[in-house]
Parts: sequence; C-alpha cells; structure tokens
Amino acid sequence: MLNVLSIDAGMIEWSRAQFALTAIYHWLFVPLTLGLAVIMGIAETCYYRTKKPFWKDAAKFWQKLFGVNFAMGVATGIILEFEFGTNWSNYSWFVGDIFGAPLAVEGIVAFFMESTFVAVMFFGWKKVSAGFHLAATWLTGLGATISAWWILVANAWMQCPVGCEFNPDTMRNEMVSFAEVALSPFAVDKFCHTVISAWIIGAVFVAAVCCWYLLKGREQKLAVESLKIAGIVGLVASFGAALTGHQSAARVAEVQPMKLAAMEALYNGGVDQSLTGIALINPFAQPDYEQEAEAPMKIAVPYALSILATNDPHGYVAGINDILNGYTKPDGTQEPSVEEKIERGKKAIEALANYRQAKKEGASDSIVNCQLSMINSNMQYFGYGYVKDKHDLVPFVPINFYAFRVMVGVGCLLILFFMVVLFFVYKKDITAAPKWLHWSAIVMVPLAYIASECGWLVAEFGRQPWTIQDMLPTWASVSNLQSSSVMITFFIFLVLFTTMLAVEINILLKQIKKGPEL
Amino acid sequence: MKKDGFWHRAFDLYYDGFRSMTLGKVLWAVILIKLFIIFVVLKLFFFPNFLKENAEEGRESEYVAEELINRVEELKD
Repeated sequence: MLNVLSIDAGMIEWSRAQFALTAIYHWLFVPLTLGLAVIMGIAETCYYRTKKPFWKDAAKFWQKLFGVNFAMGVATGIILEFEFGTNWSNYSWFVGDIFGAPLAVEGIVAFFMESTFVAVMFFGWKKVSAGFHLAATWLTGLGATISAWWILVANAWMQCPVGCEFNPDTMRNEMVSFAEVALSPFAVDKFCHTVISAWIIGAVFVAAVCCWYLLKGREQKLAVESLKIAGIVGLVASFGAALTGHQSAARVAEVQPMKLAAMEALYNGGVDQSLTGIALINPFAQPDYEQEAEAPMKIAVPYALSILATNDPHGYVAGINDILNGYTKPDGTQEPSVEEKIERGKKAIEALANYRQAKKEGASDSIVNCQLSMINSNMQYFGYGYVKDKHDLVPFVPINFYAFRVMVGVGCLLILFFMVVLFFVYKKDITAAPKWLHWSAIVMVPLAYIASECGWLVAEFGRQPWTIQDMLPTWASVSNLQSSSVMITFFIFLVLFTTMLAVEINILLKQIKKGPEL
Repeated sequence: MKKDGFWHRAFDLYYDGFRSMTLGKVLWAVILIKLFIIFVVLKLFFFPNFLKENAEEGRESEYVAEELINRVEELKD
C-alpha cells in the first residue's frame, strides 16, 4: 500500500525505529528517577523522625545515585520533540497545541520545580532546616512525577483524543477543554500504571545494590534497612501495578479494542472469553487471523479476559475479525466495519478538500457550511480515509502478544521476589540468606527493565498504525523526507545513547562500589 | 544585600553548593557535553524544522493541507 505513496516507505519505518530507540533510551532513566525519589524520600523521613545519623547517610547515598541517574536522563526526552518537528511534521501540525500545552506545562512548572528543589536537596544539608530539606526531597520527587503526568497526558491524548475540535482552516486540532485533555480517564490510568511501575524499578534497583553489598559482606546495616524499604515499596507497587494494569486493560478494551485483541491474539471474540497464558505464535510473522479460529497450543484461564476487559466473567470482548468486520456492542450499538469507517474517512478528507477549495474561491456560506458539516460528521474516522487495505489496521500480533506476557510474567515474578525478600528481612536473617537470593536481586534489575520496556511496546505497537487513534496513521503523519537522513541519525543515536549509557553505568557502579560517605 | 536575607541565602546555597561539588563536577561536565550535542550538533545539523524549511512562513496550514489531501489522492491511483 505504501508503495503507491510518493513518500519514501522506508522513511516511516526508520522514523518509527528512531522514535522507538529514543523513547526506550529515555525510559531507562525516567523510572529509576521516579522510583529512587520514593526510596530516598522514605530514607530521609526516617532520618527526620529518628534523628539517627545512619538514616542521614542512607538518604544521602540514595540521593547520590538518584543524582547520577537524574543528570544522565536530563534532556534525553527533548530529542523526541526534535523528531516530531523533523520526521513527523504533518502530525506535529495536525495535533496543534493540544500536544504542545501539556509539554509546555511540564517544562515550565514541573521541570523548574524539580530543578529548584533538587538544588536544595543536594546543596542544602547544612543550609536549611531538616524539615525544609525533607520537603525539598519529596518535592523533587513530586516534580519528577508531575513531569511524568504531563508527558503521559500528551501520550494518552494520542491514544484517546478528547477535548479537541478540528479546525479545517488552520488544519489543527484545537483544544476545547483543557480539563478533558488533562484529566482524561485514559491519561489517569496510564499515569497510575506507569508511575507505579517506575516505583518497582526503583525498589528493584535498591534491592540489587543492597544484595550486592551483602554478597560482598559490607554496608550490612544500610543494606538491611534499605531492603526493608525497597521490599515494602516494591511489593506494594507490584500489587498496585497489577491493579492499575487491570484498570488500563479495561480502558484499552473500551478505547483501543484492536490493541487488546492483538496483545491477546484474540482473532474471534465473544462473551466468556478466556485469558491466554501462552500459545504458539510465530514471533516473526503475522498470524493468519482470518482463517485460524484461535492461536495454536493455547493454554488459557477461563473467563479471565472477560474479567480483565469488562470486570464481568461473561463480558463481551471483540476479536480482530470482529473489529475488522464490525460487531454489536453489549449495549446494543453497532460498531461499524473498517470498510464503513474507510468510506466515512474518505468523505471527511474529500469534504476537507472541498471546503478549502470553496473558501479559496469565495463560495457562498451555504456551500462552505455544507462541507464543514460533512467534515464534522465524519471527523471521528478521518484517519481511516488513508487506509487502503483493512489489514493495515491490525498491529503486529506477535510483538504485542509476547511483550504483554513478558511484562505480566516478570510482574508476577517480582511479587514473589519482594515477598521472599521481606520474609528474609523480617523473619530470618537476610545477611545469612542463601546467595541465590542475593544474586536473584541483581538479575531482577534487567528483568524489571525489560518488563517496563515491554509495557511501552504493548502501548505503542498495539496502537499501530495510528499516531493519533483513528485520526492519523503513520503514513499520513510522516514528513516527506528521504529515509537516508533518518537512517543516519538513527545510527548516530545508537552510538551516542550506547556511549551515554556506558558512562552512566560506569559512574553508578563506581558510586555503588564507593558506598555511602560516613 | 543583607547577609541573612532570602536572596543572599539563596545565592549562598548555590555558590557554596557548586564550589564544593565533587561527583557533581563530573555530572555537570556530562550534562554540558550532552546539551551541546543535543542542542548544537543534533538540532542544528540533523533536526531542522521541516515545515519551516518547506512551507512559506504563515502558510504552514496550506502545506499540511496539501500533504494530507494529496496523500489520499495518491492512494486512489
């Protein structure tokens, strides 16, 4: 399909790859920042309450590691904005200020708040009162979390565009309700799930550092006391992630049913749907969902998908074929087939062309208004007008299917891990625990990161091909550039990011080896 | 500026803080190198604003409209 467009087909894939690379790299730093903020806040609160110098040293140590990660992560997200302007210019213009507003608020309020209080946190130990310092530490974390809020609001809007109206004169979506955009239920769910999962990363990281000390037989008090904090934060956050994950899945079922169908490899939906534990899906090829009744070798939990998606064991969940061919929703309303949506999308785009032509030629108000009304009545399917083959609307099933299972599988493993850690910390002697437990904490760090990145894979691959759900597919969003230029920057980034990551890991490891300054 | 005034104390916080940095100096060096690469090298040489370069100033909407309408026309071919 893409071959018929004058745009370079490779441009889309390279732009997507570059964006994914940058986002994955950025997401290595953000969750650790958010997670360590909680741990260091709790450690300093312990100091504030007990006045024991040990807690001050512990708080300072975790703040130091937070500082290294914070410094390395600064501005890595800015590159994503450059990419919007260069590679995704149609998209950037089309989203208008809806996307810009949350990012601007993030930059002005949250980032400055974070930056101000981070200075007090690092420089203010002997300069401000203990209470003010504690407040600064928590506000640093809060600032980072508010930053995440606005970024996720922008992301959520792409997945579920609300609070906007398309202006055919400016060719931009204009915000009609800031509250609807900022407090969209999709954004709230995304924020809760993402931030809570970041706390898990922080807890796993702290647990790994502590267990490394225990393996080396040093910093035992710091290790044991910090493991108590990490264990509790990690366990609570793991349960929280499961709960918010369920909430997110229910929202996805409502707003992006194709994403849910892809991550479940659900070809034909219905009521009483079971949740696939595992199935044999070729990881390198799109399954033949039109011919196969279900994924082969499927082992499933009865009713669990219906519960996940609808909170009802008998709830209806749409499969890929249902979504492509149209289906009746549980409330009796009919979801149109993709063919119908394509027709309506084409009508919207044709009306847009006619509207602009009519305005240019100074046509009468009635003609202009007629076209405007045609645009508005079909706007919700605008993006479908760019779809030639309905199968282009099915995201790559294997990546969604396996990424979802890795995320959930590691999440369950983490619950078990934190339970075992807490058992040893409170009921046994963690310093004398078997070495495998200490090593498993270290192994959990890359696993937790993989789970976290898999969450993003599901969120972003699952919504393909849409850059804005139902409004703009990737091939309409991308700039009319040659892919070679994007390819070059992709490899520059690869080298740059790998170098930066190596520098960060090196500095972090040195500081961990050095230990707390007593 | 009063020594016990807010602005003096705020200045002092930053001045003393920056002066007594150890690890912070390395981190600042990394941050500055990174910002230079991002804002000078990448932004200037690799990430021009596509619309600014390809659309007339103030007529970006025309350009995007043509792009979005023409891409559908091409699909019909």
